[in-house]
Amino acid sequence: MSKNILEIRDLKRDFVMGSETVHALNGVSFDVSAGDFITIMGSSGSGKTTLLNILGCLDKPTAGSYLLDGVDVKKLSRDELANLRNRKIGFVFQAYNLLPRTTAIENVELPLLYNKAINSAERRERAMRALEAVKLSDRFDHTPSQLSGGQQQRVAIARALVNEPVMILADEATGNLDSRTSYEIMALVQELNSQQGKTIVFVTHEPDIASFSDRTIQLHDGHVQKDILNEHKRSATEVLAALPPKDSV
Amino acid sequence: MSLLNLIKIALKALQRNKLRAFLTMLGIIIGVGSVIVMIAIGQGSKQSIHDQLSNMGTNMITVQPASNLAGGVRIAGASFQTLTIKDIVALKANAEYITEISPGVTARGQAINGALNWPTQMAGASPEYLDIRKLSLRDGVPFSNNDVITSAKVCLIGHTVVDNLFPNGENPIGKVIRFGNIPFQIIGVLAPKGFNAFGQDQDDILVAPYTTVQKRILATIYYTGIYASATNEQATDAAVNEMTQILRQSHRLTATEDNDFTVRTQQELIATLSSTSSLLTVLLTVVAGISLVIGGIGIMNIMYVSVTERTKEIGLRMSIGARGRDILMQFLMEAVIISITGGIIGVLLGFVATQIVTMTLKWPTIISESSVVLSFVVCAMTGIFFGYYPAQKASKLDPIEALRYE
Repeated sequence: MSKNILEIRDLKRDFVMGSETVHALNGVSFDVSAGDFITIMGSSGSGKTTLLNILGCLDKPTAGSYLLDGVDVKKLSRDELANLRNRKIGFVFQAYNLLPRTTAIENVELPLLYNKAINSAERRERAMRALEAVKLSDRFDHTPSQLSGGQQQRVAIARALVNEPVMILADEATGNLDSRTSYEIMALVQELNSQQGKTIVFVTHEPDIASFSDRTIQLHDGHVQKDILNEHKRSATEVLAALPPKDSV
Repeated sequence: MSLLNLIKIALKALQRNKLRAFLTMLGIIIGVGSVIVMIAIGQGSKQSIHDQLSNMGTNMITVQPASNLAGGVRIAGASFQTLTIKDIVALKANAEYITEISPGVTARGQAINGALNWPTQMAGASPEYLDIRKLSLRDGVPFSNNDVITSAKVCLIGHTVVDNLFPNGENPIGKVIRFGNIPFQIIGVLAPKGFNAFGQDQDDILVAPYTTVQKRILATIYYTGIYASATNEQATDAAVNEMTQILRQSHRLTATEDNDFTVRTQQELIATLSSTSSLLTVLLTVVAGISLVIGGIGIMNIMYVSVTERTKEIGLRMSIGARGRDILMQFLMEAVIISITGGIIGVLLGFVATQIVTMTLKWPTIISESSVVLSFVVCAMTGIFFGYYPAQKASKLDPIEALRYE
């Protein structure tokens, strides 16, 4: 059995709103092993975002334990969390969150700037490799405004890859894209997962997108409602091929 | 994060909004530029005052009767009659640090040439006076010791008096003019000296043998002053002490009595005037400093807006591993880069503006290194000081909130 990247036990997160306490997460437990591609689904208010924030080490649980690659997140300080995010997590956001007026390669280099161990030559080389992995190395000097939505999201994925994280955490990464581009992105994600063995946690509300993953965790009211393995995992490349040609759309 | 990375990040952030960065800099540029120009003008006028006094002879020492108490009332020094020929003799015999000495008496009156007349003053002196005061003749000859002994009715004439008494450009040498009721023959014309630092016209003067002025005009045996030259500028202090001792002896003052005369050097005068213009420099610096502070507030203002506007960027940077400290340092570095770059441009602007002031207004200016260093340091400090608060605000942001900020 492969090593567990995520170990979540009875995770709780409460928010105090005035006199009321909201239990956003109310005892969530699951494991994710290395090389898994899981999707976390749930309707609005299901605790999806809260879980994502905790998984991304942006927030700490109120109770329960969260081990990321063997590190107990609960014990870390703000700065240590920042370091952990820098070394172990690659974020992909719905709105890409690229720096405007900054070239693709500089955007990709960004996480490495916060890693003292990496010099500028290595930084450039790794950023270039990450861009190659998302097939955008020819656009390295383009700024976000010169790239399409799909290309921007691929730059964002390259940025998530560049620090060689143990896990890529995607938050509605296809939410701003049309279905064809979404499938292109999913094809890329599947490729990263199958060929490079990247562990991927993909938060989405679209069942269509979830069908590309190995496993889906369904959240409801702060609980894990379903945790199922996808028996009929689809290949995004094949779905893409089945679409009518671009010109006819 | 290494310093190099930090500078790189800050520079890139600034590059993304060049116009805003420039506008922010403008306050600092103008602040630093004006500090340099103002101090250059202050220093320049200070130096020009010094030069003017040097031209009068910085090794010149003047003795004047001191103010004194008369029945409990302080009387102005000039009205006292304490300096006489005895003092001159004593000084000539005993002083080692002085080379030349001349008594001085002055009389105000009307100089008359036919129908033309001009109010002026006549300085009575010995022939050494010209040397002591660094006066030279443009034309004619100086009066001699023989003229002093005979109380000859001869005089040297200043340029302003020539202009007013001989307006048609005639040669005044050999002409006879009247000063009060006494006719004087003009034997020399003084080279123009212009106005001094007090704005007095140094050419509005007649110089005659002191005996002539004493006997024929004032009817007095006293001097209104004694002029002497120290052997050199450095010896003036020693000369002052020496003269004080000699004059005290000559005036038979006991140890408990105050001096009934004052000995002044030009250095004191220079110091007095320098302090006046130092005051000017301080004043100008304060004005310029205020503009520097306003520039700093401009930085703070823009940095604040920038932090709010870039909340999402801050959230992103935090999510990919920037610590609060990194964000703090980035924004601080941006402020420092703005103020230092603004400082450099301001220094250059200051140099250019100073040249323009010198060329167009003909004001003397001196750019002192200290003003450049000072304004530079102040503007860097301004950057850190005014950049810190917004930067700290940025570093305290919650990454989750910041990422969601629209």
